[in-house]
Amino acid sequence: MGNLVTAVLAGLGDGAVYALIAVSFVIIFRATGVLNFAQPGLLILGTFFTSVLAVDQGLPFWVAVALAMLIVAVISMGIERVAIRPMIGRPVFSTALVTVGLFIMLLILAFRLFAARARTINDPWQLDQWCLVQGEGSCTVAFYQHHAGKIVVVAVVLAVLGLWLSRSRTGLAMRATSLDQEAALAQGINVGRMFSLAWGIGGALAALAGILLAANGSVVQANDALFALVALPALILGGIDSLRGALVGGLVMGIVSALARTYQPVHAPWLGPNFENVAPYLVMILVLLIRPYGLFGTKEVQRV
Amino acid sequence: MTTSTPERETPGTPERETPGTPARETTDSATSRLTGQSRSLLAGPDRGRVNRNALRGRPRLYTSYAGDSALLNTPAKRWWTLAVILLALVLPFWLTRDLSHLLSVAMVMAIAGIGLNLLTGYAGQISLGHPFFMALGAYTGAVVAGEPGSIVIGWELDLGIALVLAAVVPGLVGLVVAPLATRVRGLYLAVLTLGLLMLGEQVFKQWASVTGGSGVGRAGALPVLFGNDLEQTYAVGPLLIEPHVSLYLLCLVLLVALAVAARNLARSRTGRAFAAVRDRDIAAEIMGVNLLRTKTLAFVLSSAYAGVAGCLYAILIGRVAPEQWNILFAINLLAIVVIGGVATISGTLIGAAFVVLLPRLLEWLAPWLPFVSTGSGGLITIFQLESILFGALIVLFLILEPRGLFGLWHRIRTYFTTWPFSY
Repeated sequence: MGNLVTAVLAGLGDGAVYALIAVSFVIIFRATGVLNFAQPGLLILGTFFTSVLAVDQGLPFWVAVALAMLIVAVISMGIERVAIRPMIGRPVFSTALVTVGLFIMLLILAFRLFAARARTINDPWQLDQWCLVQGEGSCTVAFYQHHAGKIVVVAVVLAVLGLWLSRSRTGLAMRATSLDQEAALAQGINVGRMFSLAWGIGGALAALAGILLAANGSVVQANDALFALVALPALILGGIDSLRGALVGGLVMGIVSALARTYQPVHAPWLGPNFENVAPYLVMILVLLIRPYGLFGTKEVQRV
Repeated sequence: MTTSTPERETPGTPERETPGTPARETTDSATSRLTGQSRSLLAGPDRGRVNRNALRGRPRLYTSYAGDSALLNTPAKRWWTLAVILLALVLPFWLTRDLSHLLSVAMVMAIAGIGLNLLTGYAGQISLGHPFFMALGAYTGAVVAGEPGSIVIGWELDLGIALVLAAVVPGLVGLVVAPLATRVRGLYLAVLTLGLLMLGEQVFKQWASVTGGSGVGRAGALPVLFGNDLEQTYAVGPLLIEPHVSLYLLCLVLLVALAVAARNLARSRTGRAFAAVRDRDIAAEIMGVNLLRTKTLAFVLSSAYAGVAGCLYAILIGRVAPEQWNILFAINLLAIVVIGGVATISGTLIGAAFVVLLPRLLEWLAPWLPFVSTGSGGLITIFQLESILFGALIVLFLILEPRGLFGLWHRIRTYFTTWPFSY
């Protein structure tokens, strides 16, 4: 029982980050119709800049985070302007492949940047934990502070984002753009600026997610970018164009992954080590069998 | 001139039969001048044949549908194909051992690329899971024709059997996966196939008796084809066929056969159905294309191609570990398709050669590039430069020339055939 609660709490913490990554995918997808495979690259760049600013430059952690998010947002907007804008009107498949190409370039860039030495991001939580239920000698139900921090940060960010999208004038314009680009254009919305904005927000969220992923006191490597791929099944589970779906999918996948990490080595060791990394994909495939557009995704309606 | 002919003729000679022929030809050309059509084109056993003079300088003059949709429908294509095949046959005797090995790898990647192009380029189903099917082929081949080891099993059968099974097993797995893949569309499918790749990697890592286990891997199939051990040197007349040459020739023969088969498929009813599904699947369904069957067929075929390529790849590389069939391998295959040219077979061949030979080219160029280092210092290593170039090329080709290298070639060709007019 203690294990279960610990696993679920940890799963919620990781799941919050997955949800954040999935939301960053959704923001970009809804605005421009692009599944951005380059997101892992942006994520790891966010971690890198935080590390540089917080550790090398000695800035306070939260200032470093804000600056890193800003830098990555600018990079992301630049990518959109240079590589994605010319692809408007081309098949979805081609644009997705462009982002795959960008992914490789960013990943190699990250390898180059991280090559110098072992990096940490100096986060405020490190490995501290609260002991919720004290067993004899050891802690039966533990709750890591970084998990709590992740949940709080993600909740605040997503709440602000949701409010902004539903209440503000720009948010409304952005939703209009994602509904119908031409109609939005006819209403005087600068669609190009909305594209830029969506990519900027998507990049900033990815950077924040990267920082949160790294925020457990451990050393960060360029390879950690591939953790962002764990958010892909979360995204698909929720439905590729649904913010609510991204949140639910992220949390579910976080819990699935944590449960697999806790129970699979004991009960099903034949599935092999690191099974928790592929368990979300298994869940995703099972869900797609029943709902081909995910749990909350919009069924594609086409005119022939 | 014609008036002199009857004078020379003497009655009673067999040549009496012939004078009718030129006369008929003149009337034919007369009517054709009147109607604008040649009768000989419309009916009779010679239908579709025209005077060779009429064809000269008009390579795209087709007088029948069969001629138009033939595999090699212009003389230039015929000559180029012949020249390329002859060159490919001669090359391994002339090149060094490791260059011909590299070319063999390029040909194997071309087979895999053609498979992926059938699925992604022709049928429009984006797949990131292609390396999974290659791995299936590699391990099927290794089990059927490989050497048994302390952990791994191997039956040491003939490579002929192994190659067939390396196509059949991935094909069957593709058949099992296809119903799921046909349910989802577009980007969902891309992530689904990525999931397949991840799950496959986990399975391969665990199934040590087949794959040699995580981080260890196993050797590929033993190259014993129809009882002939390809590891030995054979003498055919004055030629010495060394092991690397015979492997090269094996890859070449399979590549030519599979490429011709794919191109043949692409121009058939099935190929047109693929294209219809790619362009607009709902419209295709309305026109009577069976979506489930077409997509399933595309999946099965592409998996079979991948399987054969995987089996050969394992033989060439020597040792394959479960980790190497990862997402980066999938991106490499996609790069072959995209850089070469989506939905072209010849483009895929160029793309595979380009992608496989690029690292070697960069190695040659490295001494002249000041910012590239071979050690740990410097701005960037060759491997990193190569990967960044891959990424950049994918992006650039998709933005500037979506038809890939084939498109570039097409532009050059059009420029010269329409010269001095620019279209």
